[in-house]
Amino acid sequence: MSTTSIPAPRTGYSRHKSTRSKFEMFAWLFMRISGVVLVILIFGHLFVNLWVGDGVQAIDFGFVAGKWANPFWQIWDLLMLWLAMLHGTNGLRTIIMDYSEKPGTRMSLQVILYIASVIVIVLGTLVIFTFDPCPAGADPSVLAEFCKA
Amino acid sequence: MAKASTGTLYRGNEGMWSWVAHRVTGVGIFFFLLVHVLDTALVRVSPEAYNAVIGTYKTPVMAFGEIALVAAIAFHAFNGLRVILVDFSKSGPKNQKKLFWGVMVVWLIIMIAFIPRQLMHTFGG
Ligand code: HEM
Ligand code: HEM
Repeated sequence: MSTTSIPAPRTGYSRHKSTRSKFEMFAWLFMRISGVVLVILIFGHLFVNLWVGDGVQAIDFGFVAGKWANPFWQIWDLLMLWLAMLHGTNGLRTIIMDYSEKPGTRMSLQVILYIASVIVIVLGTLVIFTFDPCPAGADPSVLAEFCKA
Repeated sequence: MAKASTGTLYRGNEGMWSWVAHRVTGVGIFFFLLVHVLDTALVRVSPEAYNAVIGTYKTPVMAFGEIALVAAIAFHAFNGLRVILVDFSKSGPKNQKKLFWGVMVVWLIIMIAFIPRQLMHTFGG
């Protein structure tokens, strides 16, 4: 009588390599933490710019000057810019991974995405910190009241 | 094999459609934000350039665009909070359908409050 050998459980499969990694775990967590903070930042932004007073009708250069003369709103917008852009960029990365099948397409779409994101984050940050609420030589009628003092 | 009609967490019904809508609104908001940072950057060009471009946001057509944007944000934000609750709260997965309808109620309240306000700003009154 010959003995039949039973293969050990779970042999014979060649499973896909696990895609778990520290980075993906961090990205997953970041989407949730940034999401909670963005609820406050974005609804605050929309409340002040769309709801209060005359809403969008009141927005002009003087309105922006009034807000960014105050470090509170500078930091608010800076945080909102960075968190929303990183959250949105990572969300789009997930979507590119889901739908692009050829490695070449996947690579090019990701490169375009990252270049666009870096440009927007750098530009937005520079705008907040180099903003001059009362530019010299500008027509006083388009400036905020406090420039006349 | 579970049939679709048995109901799974993700296939069909609220679980799947909320995911589709979350994805679509997320992409939409992202592209809005790219344009939004560029138009805000005009404050560094000149006050006149900024005022000219922001002026186009005050037209009736754009007023409806802003309503669509608020609708997208309100859905993505509250559905996002629902996803977070489903992931982290013990009773989250069991209640995900109820949470979805909760999201729809909050969304509706925000829209009912915002739309008349926006129309008043745009058309006066
Ligand atoms: C129709 C709705 C909106 C209007 C009228 C509006 C208006 C403005 C205005 C006037 C500014 C200049 C500074 C300030 O007021 O704080 C600004 C900046 C900014 N907004 Fe909005 N906003 C809207 C929606 C949004 C949304 C939905 C987001 C996020 C996804 C957002 C993100 C930002 C950011 C990040 C900045 C800073 C830009 C920079 O760093 O140059 N805004 N917005
Ligand atoms: C208002 C606060 C927000 C909250 C609470 C929120 C919440 C979330 C959560 C929890 C996810 C992960 C979903 C998952 O892993 O299944 C997510 C995905 C995403 N979010 Fe947000 N988000 C917010 C704002 C934004 C903004 C401002 C943008 C655009 C700039 C954005 C774009 C995206 C995109 C593109 C995805 C990927 C969708 C997918 O993979 O299907 N979100 N959001």
